[in-house]
Amino acid sequence: MSKLLEITDLDIRFDTPDGEVYAVKNISLAIGAGECLGVVGESGSGKSQLFLGAFGLLAANGSATGSVRFRGEEILGASAKRLNAIRGGAVTMIFQDPLTALTPHMTVGRQITEALVTHRKVGRAEAIARATEMLDYVRIPEAARRMKQYPHELSGGMRQRVMIAIATITGPDLIIADEPTTALDVTVQAQILEILRTLKEEKQTALALVSHDMGVIAGMADQVQVMRRGEIVESGPVDEIFYTPQADYTRMLLAAVPRLDRAGDLPPTSSETLLQVNDLTVTFPIKGALFQKPRELRAVDGVSFDLKKGETLGIVGESGSGKSTLARAVLKLLPAGLAGEGGRIVWMGRDLGEAGKAELRQLRSDFQIVFQDPLASLDPRMPVGQSIAEPLQALEPHLSREKVRARVRAMMDRVDLDPAWINRYPHELSGGQNQRVGIARAMILSPRMVVCDEAVSALDVSIQAEIVALIGELQKETGLSLLFISHDLAVVRRLCHRVMVLYLGRVVELAGGESLYRKPRHPYTRALLSAVLTPDPKAERARTRTLLTGDTPSPLDPKAQLRFLKSKLADESYRPRLVEEAPGHFVAEHDAIS
Amino acid sequence: MLGYAFRRLLGAIPTLFIIVTLTFFMMRLAPGGPFDSERRLPPEVEANVMAAYNLDKPLVAQYGDYLVKLAQGDLGPSFKNKDFTVAQLIGAGLPVSLTLGLAAMTLALLVGSLLGTWAALRQNRWQDYSVMTVAMVGVTIPSFVTAPILTLIFGVYGIRLFGIEFTLPVSGWGGGALPNLVLPVITLSLLQIAVVARLTRGSMVEVLRSNYVRTARAKGVPEHRIVLRHALRAASLPLVSYAGPATAGILTGSLIVEQIFGLPGIGRYFVMAALDRDYTMVMGVIIVYATLVIVLNFVADMLYAILDPRVRLT
Repeated sequence: MSKLLEITDLDIRFDTPDGEVYAVKNISLAIGAGECLGVVGESGSGKSQLFLGAFGLLAANGSATGSVRFRGEEILGASAKRLNAIRGGAVTMIFQDPLTALTPHMTVGRQITEALVTHRKVGRAEAIARATEMLDYVRIPEAARRMKQYPHELSGGMRQRVMIAIATITGPDLIIADEPTTALDVTVQAQILEILRTLKEEKQTALALVSHDMGVIAGMADQVQVMRRGEIVESGPVDEIFYTPQADYTRMLLAAVPRLDRAGDLPPTSSETLLQVNDLTVTFPIKGALFQKPRELRAVDGVSFDLKKGETLGIVGESGSGKSTLARAVLKLLPAGLAGEGGRIVWMGRDLGEAGKAELRQLRSDFQIVFQDPLASLDPRMPVGQSIAEPLQALEPHLSREKVRARVRAMMDRVDLDPAWINRYPHELSGGQNQRVGIARAMILSPRMVVCDEAVSALDVSIQAEIVALIGELQKETGLSLLFISHDLAVVRRLCHRVMVLYLGRVVELAGGESLYRKPRHPYTRALLSAVLTPDPKAERARTRTLLTGDTPSPLDPKAQLRFLKSKLADESYRPRLVEEAPGHFVAEHDAIS
Repeated sequence: MLGYAFRRLLGAIPTLFIIVTLTFFMMRLAPGGPFDSERRLPPEVEANVMAAYNLDKPLVAQYGDYLVKLAQGDLGPSFKNKDFTVAQLIGAGLPVSLTLGLAAMTLALLVGSLLGTWAALRQNRWQDYSVMTVAMVGVTIPSFVTAPILTLIFGVYGIRLFGIEFTLPVSGWGGGALPNLVLPVITLSLLQIAVVARLTRGSMVEVLRSNYVRTARAKGVPEHRIVLRHALRAASLPLVSYAGPATAGILTGSLIVEQIFGLPGIGRYFVMAALDRDYTMVMGVIIVYATLVIVLNFVADMLYAILDPRVRLT
């Protein structure tokens, strides 16, 4: 039987100033009608280039050789006209990052109808009607109004649905989905995957699902290919790959996936309180139109917690939950005058609100931060050794140059960076290595507390696991306290003694790790946990999900806070209170879960 | 958007006021005066002249007088071109300069963006290299070189097309007749064509590499429609930022071209009035220029908002 798509001995090369670079080497694969092939690999594995190359979408300096047959017809090297007839019609694509993947100056409606009109003979009115239907199908509310909006006016999840609508409207035989849910919140990811699953089941559309995420692949794929550095490491039916992996690399990938059901080995905490945050509020003014009163956005709304010495508190929330703002507020890093702050932050008995600039500067040696994007948060024109040394030079200026250099080298060694790289620049290092630089910079002053703001989110899973392990080790050695901020509940599980769940700037649940993961009490926490994917195909297929419908409401909407407490909607200004439902387990008021 | 436009126009008033004030005092700081260059006048006559133009009053009083007159729309008499007011002189020259400048800029934007887009679509091939080489040369050749060459070719020797001899007038305005415009407009626009072509190529190359163009390709949209519908608008954004101030410059700063082709524009006033210390004339020209810059920048910002829906003017 002839397959839908057959790729044989495909090579993809790029002509670069450093010579020819192979992105894909000698790859063969096949996708049958209605089948889902999962292609999994870390960054640089060539998994995206594979399909771009197969359908003639490489950058100008790339070239592909080998054979690509679609329904038996050789299409590699086919004319632009022939390729255009297939692309967007019988074979469509969904890309990562729908904000940049949609044309910013065209309405959503036009971008959807364009796909239809290019491939099918339909009139304008019919195209619009079909596109509106399609938006409905991908569950975008108020489809008719959305048609006239621009991509930037939609949320990330909605943009990705628009991408799916574009890819589905022509009724394709094969959809290539390249990291379709990366960078989306877990609850939104669950919704998007649900739509793809429906497509596959209802319309018998074959799916090539490219992802770095073993969890995404587990629930969707029939066949799996594991890729590494342009080559296929292992391929086979999904259950074999996940339950009886043969290649070491596959086993390593699976082991590195953080899991909800596995807590890490945590160091004991002391009873001494390091940090106390009381009723912290951060507001940002939102400029209105002419003659309109500026409104207030409450990014953080009455958050209280304390942090013990040696303890790790996980702060979990989706985008817009205020977790990064909270971190910056605690460290007094918010731009003065831009944000309104209320509440008290007490650091080892000292109210930081009363501390002057000079005192605060000295105190900074005790609390440091590691940022999300390691490359963007390092000065590109500064050697990494210099970046690591800077806090030391700023806060311990009496140190001699030799001593600073020795401390930097020792620190680099500690975070497993070769001290010989002291004069390298960030762009010469990989993402994981740059994050080690970020950690070294934060740790060089031997602080008592480090805030990790999505510190591992941008990294590949194998690197992520290494960095998480490193942070854990550093904590054990130094008795450090950590505020570990992440959108990823599974990563938090490994490291944190207690976990705080934020929703639109408010705490909805705060409890010890065991208690929260085993018995979540708030409906939002439950939805979050249920949306987390595990690399376990059978469990994923069997699972029924508690899906939140729709997007996270706007934080400007006064009713948004009452999403889980609809019985109190009569009074819009009401705020759910935290109730201690079990010892140490605080839950925001909510309606009974049906 | 309307509120924004309103506020921008209100904001222009203090800007203009600061420019007027700075120019007024800076000019007076320069040594010499409007009547110095001529034969030395007897002291009593000079005093009479100074009094006639109110130049004997204290500087602050003169400044006050000027502001009051300006508020009434009176730019005062020219110190050098006696019997004419500044308003008359500018009124006569400005239409010439505007016609010239707008024609040159339109031509430059059309031809330049076409060439630039073409080069971007043929990136790193011979078409790209030749357009960019010509553009590079175009940027480096000043108009006082191009003008005489064009004059020689089209004015003196003439060219033969379809057996008919063509010559073009090389001097004079001729009431704005089309043949008179051809050579000065081409001279003015050559440099701009080169700059616009380079800018367009650069931004077009970048846009063609963007994710959304890749999406359009994945949709099977033909290349020409990708360029027109998905790429051109975004690629023209840097052009808009450039074209605003550049148009203001070309409208008023075409002194050389106006001199060579003997055109009665206001470009020459710019230089001559300053050298002659024709105070009122300098002020008048500066006000015209500043207004043009402000208006054109405003237009560029509005265009930006129209071209890119993500830009919200508040």
